[in-house]
Amino acid sequence: MSDARDGVPEGAADDEDATPDGGHAATTPSTHTVRLELVDEPGQLLAALHPIADNGGNLLSIYHERGNKTPRGRIPVEVDFEATQERFEGIVEALRSEGVNVMQAGTERYAEEVTILLFGHLIDTDLSDTLSRIEACESASVADVSLAAPQGTEESSSARLRLEARAGETEAALAAVQELADEKELRLVEPLTGVEA
Amino acid sequence: MKIAVVGAGAVGRSVVDLASEYGHEVVAVADSSSAVVADGAAGRNVGVDPDAVVARKAERGIVGDDDPADALAADYDALVEATPTTLGDAEPGFSHVRTALERDRHAVLANKGPVAERFGDLRALVDDSDGEIRFEATVGGAIPAVSTVEDIEPGHVTAVRGVLNGTANFILTRMAAEGLDYEHVLAEAQDLGVAEADPSFDVDGTDAALKCVILANVLSFGAADNPADAREFTLDDADVEGIRDVPGSALRLAAEDGRTVRLIGEATGETVRVAPRLVPENGTLAVSGTQNIVQIETTHAGRLNISGRGAGGPETASAVLGDVGRLE
Repeated sequence: MSDARDGVPEGAADDEDATPDGGHAATTPSTHTVRLELVDEPGQLLAALHPIADNGGNLLSIYHERGNKTPRGRIPVEVDFEATQERFEGIVEALRSEGVNVMQAGTERYAEEVTILLFGHLIDTDLSDTLSRIEACESASVADVSLAAPQGTEESSSARLRLEARAGETEAALAAVQELADEKELRLVEPLTGVEA
Repeated sequence: MKIAVVGAGAVGRSVVDLASEYGHEVVAVADSSSAVVADGAAGRNVGVDPDAVVARKAERGIVGDDDPADALAADYDALVEATPTTLGDAEPGFSHVRTALERDRHAVLANKGPVAERFGDLRALVDDSDGEIRFEATVGGAIPAVSTVEDIEPGHVTAVRGVLNGTANFILTRMAAEGLDYEHVLAEAQDLGVAEADPSFDVDGTDAALKCVILANVLSFGAADNPADAREFTLDDADVEGIRDVPGSALRLAAEDGRTVRLIGEATGETVRVAPRLVPENGTLAVSGTQNIVQIETTHAGRLNISGRGAGGPETASAVLGDVGRLE
């Protein structure tokens, strides 16, 4: 996927200010979101925010999903902050070394979204198992599913899946889905990635 | 140029018909069982009359009273090989081309078999001959795909992709537009003459794959400093999926999301792949009906798109005659 700033005139102007070696992405702060998993005990949230602030992250928002529990019975927290790419990497490292479980770390710029079609005996081959196994693969998560089973559950049906892949891992994610499709004798229609212009 | 045309199907007949418009003279025409040769066995000291060839083929199923071997031995500058594509040993097309090259004559192919299945053998024959081969008509009909890649230089082309089979594209376009299933649209395509009675070659992706294999050979051999180092591709090297079992529901789901499905072929110097792929509904590659498109990815010239008619007698003949012109 191309850089989101491609073709935007302001981006070109910014580039002139970028240092020759550091480049634009490394020196300009951008918004990052990390998804953390906290034990439900007092002080845990504060302990998780310290590594962010201490390593040059500018906190923007905290979404504390108290009503929601992760499969391990912990509380998911989403934290948005601004940092340069270099500092962001340091922050994630610091969080992990403090023992905070970082479930997801990325910037919008780095999230690759990809739409695929699957067709075949989706229902008979256990669609929820198919989805949870895609979800379980490290490179991608399923953001959205639409199913069309016009001839009832026994005939061939189709699904459109929107996957969110981690930066640079779209191909790995597609390969994992292909492997799963082969195993279940489903057909996968991949997008023509990188050629969408 | 004096040309001999082997193969009297839609393409061969159109070449015979149009040759004079391009300044070429047809000195022989052959189909699988008969031939007509200027100065042939019957002692006719005349050129080959295109109208008479077409009429005889229609009325009697033969092109003339000479033997097909006489056409291969005739006094031509370039042999036009337009017999049906065969796989594996690519015969009899391959031998026709070999005969021409061994006689130090040129060969222009509309038959995909020899270029897709025996490219290395053809290169070896060319190396020992004063003749050349050209095969623009084998990829994308009227679309100048091969010559464009050659003009850009294969070493500066990173990939060629596109919609290279009009029948499959027609079926996918109609399925999406009318919400119909594959079988229904196939029957319609057969009624319209867009699909053959046995559509396997088109809908299973074989035809598109052969075209991509040819492009991969052009890229691979064209980019190699030494042809001996070039990787040769055949159909076996292609990863091919067809459109036969794509359900209408998949196309509807794609359309809901502003996308559609096209049978896309892709060739690089390393891989060949043909498969149904999701593309933006209004994107460049989502050509409609029997249209074809070839998209060339280059290192210095960006992306080039050429769309047009990928099949048809006169369309393909124009590519053949363009090749003949390049050999002058």
